[in-house]
Amino acid sequence: MTALPGHVSAAPVPPDSVLTDTGLPPARVGRVLLIACGALAREILDLKSANGWDHLDLTCLPANLHLWPDRITAAVAEAVAKHRADYDKLFVVYADCGTGGLLAAKCAELGVEMVEGPHCYAFFEGNAAFAARAEEEMGAFYLTDFLVRQFDAFVWRPLGLDRHPELRGMYFGNYDRLVYQAQTDDPVLDAKAADCAARLGLRYVRRLTGYGDLTPALARL
Amino acid sequence: MADEEIILSELDDDELVLQMHDDLYDGLREEIEESVGILLERGWTPYDVLTKALVAGMTIVGADFRDGILFVPEVLLAANAMKGGMAILKPLLISTGAPRVGKMVIGTVKGDIHDIGKNLVAMMMEGAGFEVLDLGINNSVEKYLAALEAEQPDILGMSALLTTTMPYMKVVIDTLVEKGLREDYIVLVGGAPLNEEFGRAIGADAYCRDAAVAVETAKTFVARKHNQLAG
Repeated sequence: MTALPGHVSAAPVPPDSVLTDTGLPPARVGRVLLIACGALAREILDLKSANGWDHLDLTCLPANLHLWPDRITAAVAEAVAKHRADYDKLFVVYADCGTGGLLAAKCAELGVEMVEGPHCYAFFEGNAAFAARAEEEMGAFYLTDFLVRQFDAFVWRPLGLDRHPELRGMYFGNYDRLVYQAQTDDPVLDAKAADCAARLGLRYVRRLTGYGDLTPALARL
Repeated sequence: MADEEIILSELDDDELVLQMHDDLYDGLREEIEESVGILLERGWTPYDVLTKALVAGMTIVGADFRDGILFVPEVLLAANAMKGGMAILKPLLISTGAPRVGKMVIGTVKGDIHDIGKNLVAMMMEGAGFEVLDLGINNSVEKYLAALEAEQPDILGMSALLTTTMPYMKVVIDTLVEKGLREDYIVLVGGAPLNEEFGRAIGADAYCRDAAVAVETAKTFVARKHNQLAG
């Protein structure tokens, strides 16, 4: 894997399976706690390491909450209540993530800031750039590094395509491409993403985004 | 014990209807198509086949989906099986003058290509006796308005799957208000990221969390509208 310019090697992260099902407890160091989606752990720890952000601690909720977006808001609120007393500041590293504005409303109610944007693949590209492409890419299905690695757990199996491949057209018939928003320049992930596109019957597009709006969002904490 | 092969034509009517509920639940399209044919041959009206066999079966599927027993793939397979039965019944329903509850124009909003939920709602609305004009995906306000003017439906249904596209529903509703048309239609909205609060905030009549709720909400609002007109 080739690191992005300016990056040093990332801190060790738990395996994706743990980040998917269990999440990550805080290390209890640092005065600012990031409450993040497990799908972002690797990227956040990489940024923290590369920038020497020792004041940031990280806890992750299970990434598989994305299979039930209506559970995200309550889970974040619970984490805020659990950790609030132990830190000077909490910051939520979720985008809207299909909560239809409920997560933003809850964070506002709790007095906690969060990352802006509709989805992680939007803020990785940069929300403004993502919005500018919205019309042109209406038929795009997006994957990030994490989602490429976990394609079977987050896409293939939950949609039942392992058991009922005939459903592919009902799910993806209106899509025209798979866009891999690459956070890292990794040929292995590139090949895997291309395979994901082939399995879904979609044209493959790869775009190296790096960490996009996530970097400035964390830098100001 | 190994499954014994069931000969559908050998089942009596009650057994066959129950078997159809099972077959819908299991997403067995060919079996549903065969059973629909058997009931029609036995003299059942298309309306009775639709309501007692297909809609009743899909109601069980819908309830188990809501209760977390069934998931999206299973619901899609069931819907696909029902679609097979509906394809046989639809022309017959028209020719036999089955009761019509109301009319709906439905479509996914501009910028959004997702149609699974919308298609389920359209199918269940047809099953409940509504005439449905499905505008498909990526509908601009102009397209909605043209369809409303041409079709004069009771209901406008709008669907969105994306946080980024759901605000377009308000664009459509605001345009209806501007043109003095809002009160002419019942506006129902749905889609995964939506919620009741959003539905209220944009001025819809109701948010419908799934296809079964959409049907019940539509029936309630249409009955109320007809009562108002009669009064």
